[in-house]
Amino acid sequence: MTQEPADRSIQRGPGRGITFWLQLLITVLLCVFLILPVMMSLLAGFTANYLEGWSSGLTTAWLIKVLAEYHASIALSLQVAFACLACNLLIGVPAAYALFRSPSRASRVIEELLVMPVAVPGLATALALIVTFGGWGEWRQSWLFILIGHVLFTLPFMVRSVLAVMSSIDLAALEEAARSLGANFWQRMVYVVLPNSAGGIVAGSLMVVTLSLGEFNMTLLLHTPLTKTLPVGLADAYASLRLEVGSAYTVIFFVLIVPLLIALQRVNGRSR
Amino acid sequence: MTSDGVSVRLANCARTFTDGTRALKGCDLVIESGETIVLLGPSGCGKTTLLRIIAGLDFPDPGGHVCFDERDVTELPVEKRGVGMVFQSYALFPNMDVAQNIAYGLTVRRIAGAERDRRVTDMLAMMRIEELRHRRIDQLSGGQRQRVALARAIAARPKVLLLDEPLTALDARLRDELRLEIDQLLRTLGITAIYVTHDQTEAMALADRVVVMNQGQIEQTGTPRQIYETPATAFVTAFIGTMNQLSGNVSAGFLTVGSNRIAVDAPDGPAALLFRPEDLRLSAEADAHFTATVTSCLYFGDHLRLTLNVGSEQSLIARLAPREQIAIGQRVGCVITSSQIQTDIRPRSGV
Repeated sequence: MTQEPADRSIQRGPGRGITFWLQLLITVLLCVFLILPVMMSLLAGFTANYLEGWSSGLTTAWLIKVLAEYHASIALSLQVAFACLACNLLIGVPAAYALFRSPSRASRVIEELLVMPVAVPGLATALALIVTFGGWGEWRQSWLFILIGHVLFTLPFMVRSVLAVMSSIDLAALEEAARSLGANFWQRMVYVVLPNSAGGIVAGSLMVVTLSLGEFNMTLLLHTPLTKTLPVGLADAYASLRLEVGSAYTVIFFVLIVPLLIALQRVNGRSR
Repeated sequence: MTSDGVSVRLANCARTFTDGTRALKGCDLVIESGETIVLLGPSGCGKTTLLRIIAGLDFPDPGGHVCFDERDVTELPVEKRGVGMVFQSYALFPNMDVAQNIAYGLTVRRIAGAERDRRVTDMLAMMRIEELRHRRIDQLSGGQRQRVALARAIAARPKVLLLDEPLTALDARLRDELRLEIDQLLRTLGITAIYVTHDQTEAMALADRVVVMNQGQIEQTGTPRQIYETPATAFVTAFIGTMNQLSGNVSAGFLTVGSNRIAVDAPDGPAALLFRPEDLRLSAEADAHFTATVTSCLYFGDHLRLTLNVGSEQSLIARLAPREQIAIGQRVGCVITSSQIQTDIRPRSGV
């Protein structure tokens, strides 16, 4: 046993040099640059008349107007996002498990191909969908058409997230242990595979809902006047209505998306 | 509590991987009911593959058979074989606490309620880990995990217990302690146990019989004493313990090594005298079989390890009582108390 010196005084770092203050300055400038426009935009949503400035008074009238006019878009966005999540859970989680279990080269290729919808611009994917299915009138006009695009776009995120967790916990050994104890396929799924992959599934789910709620590129082409999602409505509002309406719309979007982003951070933080 | 073990019979078990590697080349082995067998060999010798074939996690090439007692289980997957398994990584379920881990084998066999609780409690008591019942797996030390893994494997009363290098991940002191515990446990249970390791001390201590493997083949099967005292092949000789070798030519009953002439019972021709470091002792030069010069002397507390030069290119290792006072460069007389003579000298493979 070595003895710690009892009178170890608190060590002070050297005086804060010029680099410290420079770094602080750059950080503060960046924050102002990034956050200020967002704050301004949010505030604009509560300002009676933005051209006159805050002296015109604060109001929730714009917010109420947006909710009244666009509640269908907001509802559709939530509907698409959760349907998209359901598809991801039904397709993405089993797909991740299958890729994890299969040692073949083909499955490694599929893993790489899964990134394609992310790498290809959303507009291109959307165009491909329209070219292929555009003639199917009913189908083209239904909200399911948007759903297909969103599932294509988000599936890789779910698969990758689940796959990463499965690989990191040595699920193969856990499954062998369960098998040696007599567990059949479903018993392994329910008691071992799913509970131990839960972190990846939850992180993937939050990611999918967030991405689907905010998806604009593809949806812009896939939507019809009757199937307008929140981000598309937002673009409309900024393009054709008063700035205050667009800003109020942004507030609503933030209320939906920020809690999701915070939850995502929490989940990722815990699994590390 | 005793479980009734089964005998295990392997016939012509080979295993070729899809990339063409032959991990196992036609092994035959009979393991008696209640026996503890240790598969011993260097990494890549096929011992783990053999264990996985017995478990049903891997299957032999066509023509190979695995039988438990009289029943052919070759086609049966692991979940239907009724084996218990302890993995090198323990593979405890992180989503369950200690008691749930131990109960898992009972849960999937639909043994529930009071009976399950009673058996989990028995297991915890047997492993002396009652206080860990509600701990999470990531709150356990390595030795505690090992005990939980053992308890989980035997809770469902398997017919055969398979252990894949269960102590490798632990530090030396804990390894010694757990080795003793496992030994006692296996004897109490009377279960058929197959234990894989690359550590010969572990193999010697635990085994009723040791199976030494090399390059996908069984080199020798025997009790620890047989393996150590009468190694059957050059590989076993080189792999188990340290073996000294004095090679030279025999003429008229004397083996000539350097300037020494040692009386041996062998026909004329090339021969080698094999003996263990502990079978050499020092003596007065008049009584000695041969003389040698001390080139190094290491003190280990419980013994001295000497390197001796006999004038040939091979040096010898001697293990002596620590009380001897020996200086480097000293000339000593040596007596061999027990040895083997090898006359069919072939180039040695492996090592």
